[in-house]
Amino acid sequence: MKKVITIIFSCFLFGQLLAQAPQELLNKIKAKLEKVNDYTAKGKLKTNVVFIKAPIASVKVYYKKPDKMKIVNENGISFIPKGSVNINLAKFLSASGNYEIVDAGKESATGLRILKLLPTDENSDIVLSTLYIDEQTELVKKAKNTTRDNGTYELELIYGKYTSYGLPDRVIFSFNTKEYKLPKGVTFDYDSGSKKTPGEDAKNKKGKVEITYSEYQINKGVDDSIFK
Amino acid sequence: MLQLLKIEIFKIFKKPRTYIAFAVIALIILLIQIALKFGGKEYVGLMMSGMGDSFEEIPTEIILNSYLVCFVILNLLLIHVPILVALVAGDAIAGEANMGTLRLIVSKPVSRIQLLLVKFIASVFYTMILLIWMAILALFLSILLFGVNWLGVPRELQFNVMESDDVLWRYALAFCFAAIGLICVAALAFMLSVFSDNSIGPIVITVCVIIVFTILTQMQIPFYDETIKPYLFTTHMLGWKGFFYVKAIDGVTEKGSIEDLSAILKSAVILIGYTIFFLGVATWYFKRKNILS
Repeated sequence: MKKVITIIFSCFLFGQLLAQAPQELLNKIKAKLEKVNDYTAKGKLKTNVVFIKAPIASVKVYYKKPDKMKIVNENGISFIPKGSVNINLAKFLSASGNYEIVDAGKESATGLRILKLLPTDENSDIVLSTLYIDEQTELVKKAKNTTRDNGTYELELIYGKYTSYGLPDRVIFSFNTKEYKLPKGVTFDYDSGSKKTPGEDAKNKKGKVEITYSEYQINKGVDDSIFK
Repeated sequence: MLQLLKIEIFKIFKKPRTYIAFAVIALIILLIQIALKFGGKEYVGLMMSGMGDSFEEIPTEIILNSYLVCFVILNLLLIHVPILVALVAGDAIAGEANMGTLRLIVSKPVSRIQLLLVKFIASVFYTMILLIWMAILALFLSILLFGVNWLGVPRELQFNVMESDDVLWRYALAFCFAAIGLICVAALAFMLSVFSDNSIGPIVITVCVIIVFTILTQMQIPFYDETIKPYLFTTHMLGWKGFFYVKAIDGVTEKGSIEDLSAILKSAVILIGYTIFFLGVATWYFKRKNILS
């Protein structure tokens, strides 16, 4: 019996030793992100919101350390959701300010390490940030921010060529949408007679914006005037 | 027949009142364009106010372009242009009766049906010229003033966006559809004109019918929505907008798509049906009419 307990205890201790400490893991991720002082990236923005039908638009994304971020419409009409400036992970982490880290173990389906960041500032707009981290590559694959005013938004990051900088090739940003309605007296809509209107699907009020980056220009300098 | 048509067209364009419609349309379009040139961002902002809660910045300066301006103009004008069409079509037969020339015309070696058709075709010709005038000012002048970009169409519960190279063909079809709607109104005024010996009556009755039907079309009362609304020609006259309602896959607009083409075709068939009915009644009555003036 003593042997069994010793083996189980040893295994647990060994496992704990193999798993990185939360703060250490977060520091490694931050160090990777710190390599980027600024970047400019071209991207294709796809909007998937129940009340919008729009073609894929071209955008340019600007970032400058520590927390400047701007998405500019290059061609066509694009809609930038509230909170989407946090699609940059460095900005996402800095938005949480100072925080307590809670290790929430691993996600059973993916094996990703879950860290919950609780901001220590009581006035912070962010109530809780949850990171889903691939420990081997030291990359954040998924992130969730729960805010006081703008609900919860999620980030899904797919990496490719710029892994060493911790920059994704594709970002999927999920957010809560509010109802869109214009008076019929203003729009004078044509009623085709079909019973189902797209607005009825608005029960699902989760919108998605997907940015696929085509090229990054990292640490080439970005003028501050862009962010004004 | 062609000679007769030329004479009728000449008669229409000889009357000063014919040009009132062209002047009114030009004035309204210019006023809208000036208003949007100087206060368009506020207008678009108001139009997009429902999105402000979910999105950071609404690109109002991009949304405000010639294609949207043209859409706004058509939205406002295509409800009122039928009144201008009635001015000419309602005068076609009743005007002759009023002036005492109808008996003289029917005494010529031309059948009454031929005479009626020629007068109706002349009214249709006037309607087409009016529509082309509107297209030139609303679309092409707007292109010069506002430039071209993607078109965003606001609807009651959604916002449809299409690329700039996916718009012109929609306008071409929308104007064709608007022509069908206006010909229907011309046929109504023309039919009423046959019954009357004074052109004021048919014009006023046509205007009243359009006003009442438009109010019923826009009213949000379920009882009318299911009973009367589907049968009003004013409901189907809005079908031109259907060309700007797009299909989407995962929120992405399908280029070249129309959300409900069958509904537009159905509306077109109903409008053509009404036109044939109005003309049929006009012909039936005119053939039997005892012309005394």
